[in-house]
Amino acid sequence: MKEFFENEMKLEFVSKANNEAFARAAVAAFAAQLDPTVEELADIKTAVSEAVTNCIIHAYESKQGIIKVIARLKEDEIIIEISDNGKGIENINLAKEPLFTTKPNLERSGMGFTIMESFMDSMDVESIVGLGTKVTMSKKIQPKPEEDEKDFLLVAKE
Amino acid sequence: MESKFYEKDKLLVFKINEEIDDCSVQKIRGKVDYEIERCMPKRIVFDFDSVTFMDSAGIGFIIGRYKLARVIGAKIEVTNLSKSVEKIFEMSGVLRLITVSKEVVNL
Repeated sequence: MKEFFENEMKLEFVSKANNEAFARAAVAAFAAQLDPTVEELADIKTAVSEAVTNCIIHAYESKQGIIKVIARLKEDEIIIEISDNGKGIENINLAKEPLFTTKPNLERSGMGFTIMESFMDSMDVESIVGLGTKVTMSKKIQPKPEEDEKDFLLVAKE
Repeated sequence: MESKFYEKDKLLVFKINEEIDDCSVQKIRGKVDYEIERCMPKRIVFDFDSVTFMDSAGIGFIIGRYKLARVIGAKIEVTNLSKSVEKIFEMSGVLRLITVSKEVVNL
């Protein structure tokens, strides 16, 4: 059964470092519909940036490939899928470990997956060596009191 | 990114004016290292006041500069961190290597 989503967008772009800023800004603009706080939006942007950077640096290395980003809004939650057709990850558990990196010479910190995991509510990695990797992340945007409600509370106090 | 060297205090200040990610770090890294090696400071301050975004590339960048600073006997400080930048630095443990200073240095 196909799940019903309230809104959805898809992006495809080539794996160039210049597109990191584009991808996170686009997802943030889409996520803005859920009225997130500045901090929630910063978390989403950072997680997207980490995932896209992984595609560019690790999945495709110096080669050029296509990165796909799908974002869905479902009630108060954003679900983001970032995938590539790159080289894949041999050992996902090892890759997820904080400070683990296969590219220390490029000054990679090895914190990408750790940041995605802690800035989002959930993060899942699927990968097949030689075929590609898909990262799926989700985050619930906390509801805020309505402006009218705040005014009403103030009036009620007086 | 702008930088200024205060000869008397052997202080080199970098004011970063861009979003910090893998892409921008590749562009500024060489310039920063060149300035450090040219000035041979004792204190290196990175001012994050105009940094509106940073991901883990910023951690790698700071660790890389920390290694260089250690070679020339300099200390690294960061200042004017936004909430989200501080969160990323805290998570990485990099704050054990560098100092977060409250001091505001005008370029």
